[in-house]
Amino acid sequence: MNHLLSIEELDRAGIERIITQAQRFEEVSEREIKKVPALRGRMVLNLFYEASTRTRSSFELAAKRLSADVVNFAASGSSVEKGESLKDTVLTLSAHKPDAIVLRTPWAGASELVSRWSSAAIVNAGDGKHEHPTQALLDVYTLQRRLGSIDGSSIWIVGDVAHSRVARSNVLAFQRMGAKVTLAGPPTLIPRGIEQLGCEVRYELGELHTADVVYALRMQNERMRETWVPSLREYATWYQLNGRRLAPSQVLMHPGPVNRGVELSGEVVDSPQAVITAQVEAGVVVRMAVLYELLAAARPRQAPAATAPREHEAARVGEGQLA
Amino acid sequence: MSPEGVLSGGLQGPPAELLLRDVHVLDPRAGIDRRLDVLVRQGTIAELAEPGAAAGESDAEVIEGGGRLRVLPAFFDPHVHLRTPGQEHKEDLDSGTRAAAAGGYCGVIAMPNTEPVLDSAPLLRSLRDAAAREARIPVGFLAAITRGLQGEQLTEMAELGQEGALGFTDDGEPVESAGVLRKALQYQRLCGGVLALHEEDRSLSRDGVMHEGALSAALGLDGIPTVAESTMVARDAELAGYEDARVHFQHLSCSASAQAVAAAKARGWRVSAEVAPHHLLLTDEAVRGMNTSMKMHPPLTGEGDRAALVEALRDGTIDCVATDHAPHAREEKEVPFEQAPMGTTGLETAFAALYSGLVMPGALELPVLVRRMTAGAELFGLEAALIARDRPAELVLVDLDERWTAGEHGWQSRSENCCFSGRRLQGRIQLTLAAGRLVHRDRAPALAGAA
Repeated sequence: MNHLLSIEELDRAGIERIITQAQRFEEVSEREIKKVPALRGRMVLNLFYEASTRTRSSFELAAKRLSADVVNFAASGSSVEKGESLKDTVLTLSAHKPDAIVLRTPWAGASELVSRWSSAAIVNAGDGKHEHPTQALLDVYTLQRRLGSIDGSSIWIVGDVAHSRVARSNVLAFQRMGAKVTLAGPPTLIPRGIEQLGCEVRYELGELHTADVVYALRMQNERMRETWVPSLREYATWYQLNGRRLAPSQVLMHPGPVNRGVELSGEVVDSPQAVITAQVEAGVVVRMAVLYELLAAARPRQAPAATAPREHEAARVGEGQLA
Repeated sequence: MSPEGVLSGGLQGPPAELLLRDVHVLDPRAGIDRRLDVLVRQGTIAELAEPGAAAGESDAEVIEGGGRLRVLPAFFDPHVHLRTPGQEHKEDLDSGTRAAAAGGYCGVIAMPNTEPVLDSAPLLRSLRDAAAREARIPVGFLAAITRGLQGEQLTEMAELGQEGALGFTDDGEPVESAGVLRKALQYQRLCGGVLALHEEDRSLSRDGVMHEGALSAALGLDGIPTVAESTMVARDAELAGYEDARVHFQHLSCSASAQAVAAAKARGWRVSAEVAPHHLLLTDEAVRGMNTSMKMHPPLTGEGDRAALVEALRDGTIDCVATDHAPHAREEKEVPFEQAPMGTTGLETAFAALYSGLVMPGALELPVLVRRMTAGAELFGLEAALIARDRPAELVLVDLDERWTAGEHGWQSRSENCCFSGRRLQGRIQLTLAAGRLVHRDRAPALAGAA
């Protein structure tokens, strides 16, 4: 694996490889000194064009636990505000020779584009409404820990599917791991044609009880101004996941941050069926696994520009350093 | 077509002296489909004779067609963006008309969405003067319907008409208000000229960047539903019918729009329509890799729409092919898909792409393609190129067997955002004559006996 750009390009074996690696890192998080030297001397650049607290800090923690150097670059307050293009920003930052660039942008396909301009391994940390592959991987990880396996389970993803990169990545990841996925939400927020991803579409929650797992999406306030739904009140009436709609046996997930009282009622957020905190925890080990997979475990990568291949580096950091 | 009238430019070189010996002439309008000698003297078709029978002047260049090379009437494109004034980093009058000449065109009509917008007579006058000096082939101009393309106040259409505007359009923007469009349709009785309409309901297309369908859903890109176009075509056809006005629908992209045009024509309303090569040959599948050359307005649609457009072009519901040649600089297109400007270039590839993609597989007959690539002139009140004695030489010499890769030797256009770039094409323009001048000669001519 040279980059992690999307779940679309991953098969089941690829997902399982990262999950297995994440399980090995789980132990590191339990240590008093939560660090291994696997990526010592490597540089991970966090390049964020959108505000993000948990994804950015999760990547930063993951890189630091692997002993990598981390540089954070936020678009606000930078040359980007002076009109520098994505390409020029990437070329400039690439001069510092980062080994990996973790990229979050509001534009679909931006990670793929950047992978053509830089010889670093690119990790897509969210590209517009397209994909958010590490979120899907940590969700698969969390669910497997809770359920043992998600093969054959029924997973409902509920809410604003149209504006959600999480929904797209998760539909693909859950399906590849053998789950049956149903998307549910207001008709204005379910994009036309999405069922061709192989999932079912529902506009009501009448059959929600058939789900083993219910994944709530964040309902953003700004969608109200754009009149996607008449009001938050009406949205909550029809789609809020609460104690009445959820059975205690159903696993509840949410990518965060939660709007209590909108997509989720307070009591279900705090209930034992919610694995929302476990998702956050899983974020670090799964992102450690992704960075490790790309930078330490990878075969020598083909550099797109006139950059020398890195066989020597790949050989230097072997799996042996992990133990 | 009369360059001295409402078209400007194309009179730079000396009138052509040329003998095309034993070429296969195909001109459906003239009723010719046979091997002939074509003698061009002083820029005029002086003689059409049996192969080997015509005798040129001793100093005239002789090109041997061997009965194989085709001569077709030169094409006319009623929809191009020459980006002048104001955006000359994308294209200018010289580079844009060089691109047109290379594509086999003897005339083009430039759109007014320039900087500033072409919405006043003095600006049109100066632009026509510039075209007279710089354009390789004759260029006509459409002026804006509304000032600044704002969709509110009509331009001084009558004065613009007197200054030589072939018609009016807010291309790039729809005329959103039916009331404003109605006034323009009424005013046409005074100012004349065709009203060319970019049809798009912005409340439906919103921030869309590609065709709405399974792929836009999967890619997380905002979709533009086909009804954003077709409902506006239907609305404006009815308005045109009500006012008995002459309108032309630009760049149709879907089946429903073609049906609306067919219905309007069946009712006797004075409407015509164009379609771009990319909408006839590509579908939204081409957007999968998020190549920004595949981003244009209207967007590439589904296979059903594409097939319906081909059929509508074949049966004449759609009157002509127009490239909507829309150059953009490399740095403007080298950005994430959602940020990129809309548009693809098309002048240099239109004929070969359509010949390879439609004529060779049998979806469209060559004479029909020739008619549709030349008919744009007639729709705007000009004469289409005609291969006949005493007519100005407006013709192309084509090698239908030559295979080439689009863009392999660069482009005449200043921009390279061509959706067909890298495609293997068959059929190559060898020579183009426009306004009686030799305006293009292929760099690597397969011409036996070329002087």
